Amino acid sequence: MSEEITPYQVVPKTPLAGSAAGDIREQGEITRRNFPFVLTAAWLALTAALGGLTSVLGRFMFPNVLFEPVQRFKAGFMSDYAVGEVDERWKDKFGIWLVRTEEIMYALITVCTHLGCTPNWLPTQNKFKCPCHGSGYYKSGINFEGPTPRPLERAKIFIDPSDGQIVVDKAKQFHQERGEWVDPESFIKL
Amino acid sequence: MADLRALQDGIVNSQIWKSIFRVGIPNTNRKRVLAVLGSLILHLHPVKVRRSGTRMSYTWCMGGTTFFLFLVETVTGLLLMFYYRPTIEYAFTDIMDLREQAPFGIMREMHRWGAHAMVIAVWLHMFRVFMTGSYKPPREFNWNVGVILLVLTLLLSFTGYLLPWDQLAIWAITVGSSMARATPGAGNEGPMSGLIKLGDIRLIHAGDDARFALIGGRSIGPATLLRFYVLHCVAIPLVAGFLMAIHFWRVRKDGGISGPL
Repeated sequence: MSEEITPYQVVPKTPLAGSAAGDIREQGEITRRNFPFVLTAAWLALTAALGGLTSVLGRFMFPNVLFEPVQRFKAGFMSDYAVGEVDERWKDKFGIWLVRTEEIMYALITVCTHLGCTPNWLPTQNKFKCPCHGSGYYKSGINFEGPTPRPLERAKIFIDPSDGQIVVDKAKQFHQERGEWVDPESFIKL
Repeated sequence: MADLRALQDGIVNSQIWKSIFRVGIPNTNRKRVLAVLGSLILHLHPVKVRRSGTRMSYTWCMGGTTFFLFLVETVTGLLLMFYYRPTIEYAFTDIMDLREQAPFGIMREMHRWGAHAMVIAVWLHMFRVFMTGSYKPPREFNWNVGVILLVLTLLLSFTGYLLPWDQLAIWAITVGSSMARATPGAGNEGPMSGLIKLGDIRLIHAGDDARFALIGGRSIGPATLLRFYVLHCVAIPLVAGFLMAIHFWRVRKDGGISGPL
C-alpha cells in the first residue's frame, strides 16, 4: 500500500502518551462529555459580545459636546431694560423673555406649557399668544385662554454681586402652580 | 415538575408564541430539515456543508471575511451618519469631532481601517477563487457577479474617500474622477465622443459629459460631496447588498463551496 495521502483520506490519530489504551482522542478535542461546557462558554461569549455591542451603541447616541446655547448667561444691567416692557432681545438665542415691572424683574421661558411651541409677544394686545393652538398668557405669564393647563415657567434670575449684571440660569425653573414664584430666586426685587 | 410542564405547554400553545413560530417543535428528521428550510434566519445557512468547504487552508475564509467586514462597515457607518453632515461647512469639522469629541472616537477609525481591510480581503478572495479554478462552469456566472461586487467595493472606497473633505480627499477625487472624462462616447475626452456633433457643434463637452453627471459640476464642490455621500451610504450599498444575496445563493446552487478535485 502506498504511503500517499489523498485529501479525503482519514488519517488515524496516534494515541497520546500515557492515555488509556484505545483512547485516541487528542487534548482539546470536543467530546460528548465536555460538549455542554464548550456550548455554555460559547453562549456566554456570544452574550458578552452582544451585550458589549449594545452598550457601545447606546452610549454612542449620547454626544459629549452639545452645539446649543449655554443654560446660564449674563443679560446686562438693570438700566438696559425699560419699566413695563417685555424684552425680546434674548428670545432667539436663549429662549428667554425678560420682563421688568414697577416692583420686580423676572425671566419667562419662551416655551408654551401646552405642547412646547414658542408663543409670540403681542404688545398691542398685551399678551403672549401661541400660534400652534392659541394658548394665551398675560404679561405675568399666567394663562387665561386656549388649551394650556398652566402658566409659563420662570427661570432663575439674580444679580451677580461681582459686576452688578443680571444673570439668568435656565437650568432651574419655577412653576407658578406649585407656588414657586414666591421663591426669591425666581425674580429680582427692585 | 408537572407545574413546569404546564408552564411550558402554556407558553408554547400561547397565541404570541404561535404567531412567531409557525410550526411546533420538530421531532422527526424530516420536520427538522423543513424547519431549517422554512426559517428565514436558519435557511441563510446551507443545510449541509462539505467538509472541504470548512478548510481554512483551502478557502482562506476570504469571502466570509469580506462579508463580515461589509457588516462592520454597515454598522459603524450607520453610527457615523448620526454625527456627520455632508455639507462643506460641516464635513471636515464633523470628522474631527467624531475623532475628538463624539463617544468612541475609534468608531471612525474602525470604519476607515475596515474599508482598507475589505478591499484587501476582496482581492485575496478573488485570487483564491482564481487559483483554485473555482470560476469554471457551473460557476462562471458567479465569477461575473463577483467581479461587479469587486468594482462596487472599490467604488464604495472611492466615494467614502471624499467625505472627510480635506485636501487629500478633494484632490484625490479630482484626479480619480478625471477618468470619467475618458469614457468612450460619454466623456468629453473619450474616444468617439468627438463624433457626436450637431453640425460643427460638439454635443459632449465638460458641461454635460459623464464626469459632469458623476460629480454634479465641472469641478469638485458641494454638489459632489452630497452626491458621493448618497452614493456611499445608500445607492452602492443597496446594489451591493442585492448582488451579495445573488452571489451567496449561487454559491449554494452551483454545488456549494468548490472542493479539491
